[in-house]
Amino acid sequence: MSSSATMPQPVSLGRRVKRFMADRPLVPLIILLVILVVILQILRPGIVNERWLANTVKFAIPLAILAGCQTMTMLTGGIDLSVGTVATMSAFIMATQIVSQDPAVAFLLAMMPAILIGLINGIGVGVFRVHPLIMTLGTSLIGTGCLQVYQRTVIASGAKIPDFLNWLGTGLTYGFPNALLLFVPLAVLIVFTLRRTGFGRLLYAVGDNERAARLSGVRYWQVITALYVISSLLAGITGLLYIGLIKAPSLSLAEPLVLPSVAAAVIGGTSIFGGRGGYTGTIIGALILTVLTTLLTILQMPEGARRILFGLIVLFVTAAYLRIVEER
Amino acid sequence: MTTNPLLDATGVAKNYGAVAALRNASLSVLPGEVHALMGANGAGKSTLVNILTGAIHADAGRVLIRGETRDIRSPAAARRAGLLPVYQEPSLIPDLDVLSNLRLTGTPVEPFRAWVRELGIPDLDLRDTARDIPLAVLRVLDLARALAVEPDVLLLDEMTAALPANLAEKVLEVVRRQGDSGRSVIFISHRFVEISALCDRATVLRDGETVGVVDIVPGVEEKIVELMLGARIVKTQMTARPAGQAASTAASRPRLSVRNLRVGTKLNDVSFDLANGEVVGVVALEGQGQDELFAALAGSIRPSGGTIEVDGQGVKFTHPSDAIRAGIAYVPGDRTEALAMQRSVHENIALPFSAALRKWGPIRVHKERTVVASAIARLQIDTRAQGEVQRLSGGNQQKVTIARWIAANARTILCFDPTRGIDVGTKQEIYKLLRELAGLDKSVLFYTSELEEVQRVCDRVIVIFGGQVVDIFPVEEADEPALMRAAYGLPRGVTVDVGIMADPTSHPSQTPEAAP
Repeated sequence: MSSSATMPQPVSLGRRVKRFMADRPLVPLIILLVILVVILQILRPGIVNERWLANTVKFAIPLAILAGCQTMTMLTGGIDLSVGTVATMSAFIMATQIVSQDPAVAFLLAMMPAILIGLINGIGVGVFRVHPLIMTLGTSLIGTGCLQVYQRTVIASGAKIPDFLNWLGTGLTYGFPNALLLFVPLAVLIVFTLRRTGFGRLLYAVGDNERAARLSGVRYWQVITALYVISSLLAGITGLLYIGLIKAPSLSLAEPLVLPSVAAAVIGGTSIFGGRGGYTGTIIGALILTVLTTLLTILQMPEGARRILFGLIVLFVTAAYLRIVEER
Repeated sequence: MTTNPLLDATGVAKNYGAVAALRNASLSVLPGEVHALMGANGAGKSTLVNILTGAIHADAGRVLIRGETRDIRSPAAARRAGLLPVYQEPSLIPDLDVLSNLRLTGTPVEPFRAWVRELGIPDLDLRDTARDIPLAVLRVLDLARALAVEPDVLLLDEMTAALPANLAEKVLEVVRRQGDSGRSVIFISHRFVEISALCDRATVLRDGETVGVVDIVPGVEEKIVELMLGARIVKTQMTARPAGQAASTAASRPRLSVRNLRVGTKLNDVSFDLANGEVVGVVALEGQGQDELFAALAGSIRPSGGTIEVDGQGVKFTHPSDAIRAGIAYVPGDRTEALAMQRSVHENIALPFSAALRKWGPIRVHKERTVVASAIARLQIDTRAQGEVQRLSGGNQQKVTIARWIAANARTILCFDPTRGIDVGTKQEIYKLLRELAGLDKSVLFYTSELEEVQRVCDRVIVIFGGQVVDIFPVEEADEPALMRAAYGLPRGVTVDVGIMADPTSHPSQTPEAAP
């Protein structure tokens, strides 16, 4: 146990900077983001403009929402690997049902698998104590399988992207992406939930010390079940947003976002062991990853080299960030 | 005693940071002797055993085996030197069958088989996986495994705990014969009956020091108790506190009424009442069932029998939240069990507020802050490092665990050894607080491993031994010697010459009813 907090002692500048960073973990993240943007501008002068900003934000938003799912589940020491499948399912069902159904009905149908998978995840993890990694990986595979079966039944009727999702996914209003209309309230809601509601407090408590939470009267399965349902719902909404952005329904639509969403939460300072982290860091983490992807794309390297570099940078950034923020 | 000791340890010391677990312990065991090692909780028995068996290293001291200095650096080295321990926890690897476990330690199979039969288990299948074997049998197998390699000195730590009577009898018989055949046994036990029946001499530890070596003769148990207590006998007489008034006017219904409570094999038949505004102490040696009693009352484990009544209403707890709803709060002895270490003082205290499903919504920040602040003020928690509970001192952490239930306004508080490992000043504050709570008509059940605390805090004290209530004292009579005797299962008021040493068949756990 460190006594540094209770005993004032002369500290060097280095330690003071470290302390400052530790108290405000967002600062080093924002600095990193700015550095990346500056590098981009140096490599390709003039690329950073209004259009580029809007585009970056547009692509960062679905990642940020999925990373929100990871943040909340990781706070309890869990993870949700089924978000990609859930997002893909709701997007695919929306695009195929809208052909024949009323938009509201199509929307409800699209959200059904999200609720179902969330419920199964929650009960599996909360009641039967299956490890979240295995549980959500399992439901993710099952979901993908179901989607393949479903695809055969609708293959004749075709698919289309509803105009509204099109507008939400790609449209701009006064230069601002319309997706912000969805994302800003959602982000505020998540941050508020984590900081100022009983449910948010329980997420941290369960992740920090499940036994202590139990002794305080917390019923673990209730918290976990609610958590995974919420996570799945967010993933479903992300799927609808993402189909409006990508405009091509496929069976692996949102799958490439899953691991980056975990990375965004980790870069944002959420501990995969639970009890530590928050959503604001995650949002910046998602922005960092999106800018990084652009950066690597304009370097015109072969795909393989790009991936290697991406992985290395994510590892390095996370390790460095933890070293800065954790005071040990 | 002209024979040379087989094992001779002198001046053994071990420090953990600033805490001295052993200061100056010595132990000398003669060939063919069964030697008891005794001491109250925390006297240093386990530390000494761990040093002798190479599990930890001593900071100072000398260990002679057959007159030669041996530096026992590892359990394997102890084994080569002829020292073999059998610990309280079974040591077979659960996922391997018995035969593989034997191979792992290079134990000869035939002698092992012979010993197992000898110890009263005729039908053991060596292909059985250790996980599927009942605990009592596992302990016997551990013993047989140790006996099979014919050690010069066998160390038995609470060997008969958790053994059914028939197995325990066999074990004692085998241990006695071990002594007759010229080998030595170090026998650690809380049970005078066994020690009197088995042992030749006893070494008594107190506060990490060997304070005496006595021959086991009838009536020596008084002397042993005296040695274990040391100078404290004189000291505590004057700190006796008159019993609280609330307890004596217990005409009303008791807050908590426990009848014939049983939990597994550890707790059998515990009955007592806890009145409004009363502090009842619980005194017991380690592992006598007190953990199970508290866990059952807190809703953490389900009792296997008996009833619990709260304010006259029968209750069945399936989860701690049930107990909390009935106004019962549990403060565990281990603070790391009760606190979310990375969260703030405020959040830790307010944690029970959000537990119920209907409290999951927005937190009423202002109202909550007032309640928490008053609890913090009440306990005078040093909140300079309130950002994360793990930065607080142990005493302040303990205060947080109690403050939580004061903020939640729990009516019954179960405190399990709340003063373990905290500084003297905070201990005093906690005593004061518990009395204040009683003054506010709250009820407290207070287990403590430090006997002198009983008279400072409690109105009554119940003593548990072997999973049963063996005595209930009014506080005036609960001085340390009396409690110590009772905790070892010695009946109250029995004089030296009719002590159970004289008659090993008498049962130490009759329950004398306490006068109300």
